[in-house]
Amino acid sequence: MLNRRHALLAATFAGLIGGCAPEDARNAGVYMLVDTSGTYREEIDKAGQIIRFALSRLDATDSFAVARIDTGSFSEKDIVAKITFDDRPSAMNQQKRAFAESVQAFVEDTPASQYTDISGGLLQAVEYLNEKSPGRKTVLIFSDLKEDLPEGYVRDIAFELDGIDVVALNVTKLRSDNVNPKEYLARLDEWEQRVEVAGGSWRVVNDLDGLDGVL
Amino acid sequence: MSFLLSITPFPILSALLWLTLLVAALYFARQTAHRLILAIGISLQRVFRAASLTVTKAEARLSERNRQVLLAAGKEAKERIVEREFDRINETVRKDLASFSVLHRNLSESITRIEEDHAEAVDVPPDPPEWVKAVEAVAALDSKDSRVGVGGILSNIHESMMHAHKEAMAAYRRASRTRHGLLRGMRPEWRRIQQTLDKVGKNVDSLLGRSATIDRHMQEYEDIVKGEDHAVSILSSSSLVYFFISALVLGVAVGGAAINFSLIARPMAEMVGGTTLIGGFKTADIAALVIILVEISMGLFLMESLRITRLFPVIGALPDKMRVRMIWTTFTILFLLASVEAGLAFMREVLLQDELATSALLRGDAAAVATNEYMWITTVAQMGMGFILPFALIFVAIPLETFVHSLRTVLGLIAIGILRATATIFRLAAGSMRYVAGIVTQLYDLPLFIPLWWSERESNRAEAAERLRKAVP
Repeated sequence: MLNRRHALLAATFAGLIGGCAPEDARNAGVYMLVDTSGTYREEIDKAGQIIRFALSRLDATDSFAVARIDTGSFSEKDIVAKITFDDRPSAMNQQKRAFAESVQAFVEDTPASQYTDISGGLLQAVEYLNEKSPGRKTVLIFSDLKEDLPEGYVRDIAFELDGIDVVALNVTKLRSDNVNPKEYLARLDEWEQRVEVAGGSWRVVNDLDGLDGVL
Repeated sequence: MSFLLSITPFPILSALLWLTLLVAALYFARQTAHRLILAIGISLQRVFRAASLTVTKAEARLSERNRQVLLAAGKEAKERIVEREFDRINETVRKDLASFSVLHRNLSESITRIEEDHAEAVDVPPDPPEWVKAVEAVAALDSKDSRVGVGGILSNIHESMMHAHKEAMAAYRRASRTRHGLLRGMRPEWRRIQQTLDKVGKNVDSLLGRSATIDRHMQEYEDIVKGEDHAVSILSSSSLVYFFISALVLGVAVGGAAINFSLIARPMAEMVGGTTLIGGFKTADIAALVIILVEISMGLFLMESLRITRLFPVIGALPDKMRVRMIWTTFTILFLLASVEAGLAFMREVLLQDELATSALLRGDAAAVATNEYMWITTVAQMGMGFILPFALIFVAIPLETFVHSLRTVLGLIAIGILRATATIFRLAAGSMRYVAGIVTQLYDLPLFIPLWWSERESNRAEAAERLRKAVP
C-alpha cells in the first residue's frame, strides 16, 4: 500500500516536473543580409523599411541581426546590429527602438562596396543562427543576387542549411538582365539549387507588400 | 464460394443442390431451433426484467437519498432562517426593551408630574363666608325703616364685603391662570407619553410580526422534519430555482473574472516573462489566473469568517477571536492584491502606450504618437476596475455555496431521470422479447415453406384417412 502511494507521489511529481520542463524553442531567429555593392546601394532605403517591418513582427526572445554584403562578408565585422529580445515587453520595446536607430544610421552612412560576397554573408548567417539555435531560422537576402568576388576569395563551399528558410528580397533586374532575361532566371535558379541542395528552403519576394507571409 | 458452386458442372445446379440440402437441414432441425429461439427469448426477457428491477431499486434508493439530502438541506436552511429570526428578535429586545427600565422610569416620572400638576390644578372656588347671606339680608333692609345707625353700618360692611369679594375673585383668577399654565405645561408630558407608548407599540408589533414569521418557518421546519411530501416537493422546486439563479450569477462572475484576467495578464509578463510556458500555457497567463483564484479563495474565506456562507465548517466553528483575526487577515490580503491589480492595470496602459509608440516609430510615423489628453480617464477607469473587481469577486462565495448545494439535488434528479428511463427501456425490452422470439421463429420457417406445406398436406391426408377408417367400421 505504501509502495503504491509512493509510486503515485512519484508519478505526480514527474508529471509536474514534465509540465514545467522547458519545451521546444518557439522563438525565431532572423538574419538579414543587405547588399551594399555598386548600384544596389541605392535600394538601401527599402532595406531600412524591411528591417523596421521585421522588428515590428519579432517578439520576445527572438534574435535578429542585420549584416552588410560587401567585399568579404564572412566576418563578424559586417554585422551592423544584432540583438536577442528581452522577455519583458517594456525592455523589448526599448531594444527595438535602439535597434531601429542603429539601423537608420547604417542606412544613412554606409558606403557602397566594390564587390559582392553573398556566399560569405550566407555562411556568416548560418553560423549566427546555429549559435542562437532558435525554433525557426530565416535568412533574408536583400540583394540582386549577382555575386562578384574579388580575386583569391574561395566560396565554392557546400552550405548546411537544414531547417533554414532563405528568402531573397527585392531581387532587381540588372541592365544585362534586360538584354538577356535568361541571365536573371539563371541567377535565381542557381541560388535556389544551392540553397535546396544544402537542405534549406528558397523563396523570392520582390513585391514588398507581400512581406506579411515572410515572418 | 467458387468451390461451393463447383460440386457439379453447372453452378446453378450446384446452388440448387446446396439450397435443397440447407432447407432439409433447417427442416430437420426445426423443432430444436424453435425451442432454442424461444429459450433465448425467455432468457432475455428474464434478464431484461431483472435488469429493470435492479435499476428500479437503484432509482428508488437514489430517490430516497435525494429526498434525505433535500430534507437535510432544507432543515439546515430553515434552522438558519429561524436562528436568524431569533437573532433579530434578540437584537430588538436587547436594543429596545433593554431600555425598558429607563422607559418605565420616564413614564412614571411623567405620570407623577402630571398627577402633581393635576392636583395643583384642581379648581377650588372661593368659599363665600357663612355670614355673607346675613349681611346681605341686613343690607337689604331699607334705611327708611328708621333703624337708626344700622343701615349705615351695614352699608359699610357691605362695601367691605364687596371689596373683599373683588379681591377674592382677583385671587381666584390668578389661581386659575396659574392652573391653566400648569395644565398647558402638562401637554408635552402627555405627548411624550404618547410617543413612548407608540414606540413600545411598534416594538411589540415588530416582535409579534417576527413571532408570526417564526411560527410559519417552524411549521415548515416541522413538515421537513416529518418528511412530508409537499415539503420535499417545495424544496425540490426551490433547489432547481436556486441552481439556475446561482448558475446565472456565477456566469456573470466568470465574466468579471475574465475582464479582471485581461487587465492583469499582459502586464504580468513584465514580472514573470512573456514567453515562458508551463504545460503549454504562458506563465504570465497562469500567474494572472493564480492571482484571481487566490482573490476568490480569500473572498470565500472572508465570507466564511463573517459566517455569511458555510462551505467550510472549520472556519465557522473557530472561536470568535480567531475568526475576527481571520477576517482582518483575509481582508488585508485582498486589499493588497487589489492594490497590486490596480498597479498592474496602470502598467498595462503604460505598456500599451509604449508598444504603440514603438510600432509608430517602426512604421516611420512617429508623429502619430500624439498623446490623447483624455487618456487618463481610461487609465483611471482601468485602475479602478483592477481595484474594485477583486472585492466584487468576494461575493461569488454566496452563489457558489447555493450552486454547490443545489447541484447535489439537481444531479440527483438527473440521475433519477436517467435511471427511470433505463428501467422503462429494460421493461419494454423484456416485454418485447417473447414477441421477438415468435417473429424469429416465423422467419426461420419462411425458407421452409415447401417442406412445411408438404408436411401439412401429408398430415391432413393422414388425418382424413384416419377419420375415414374410424367412420367405416
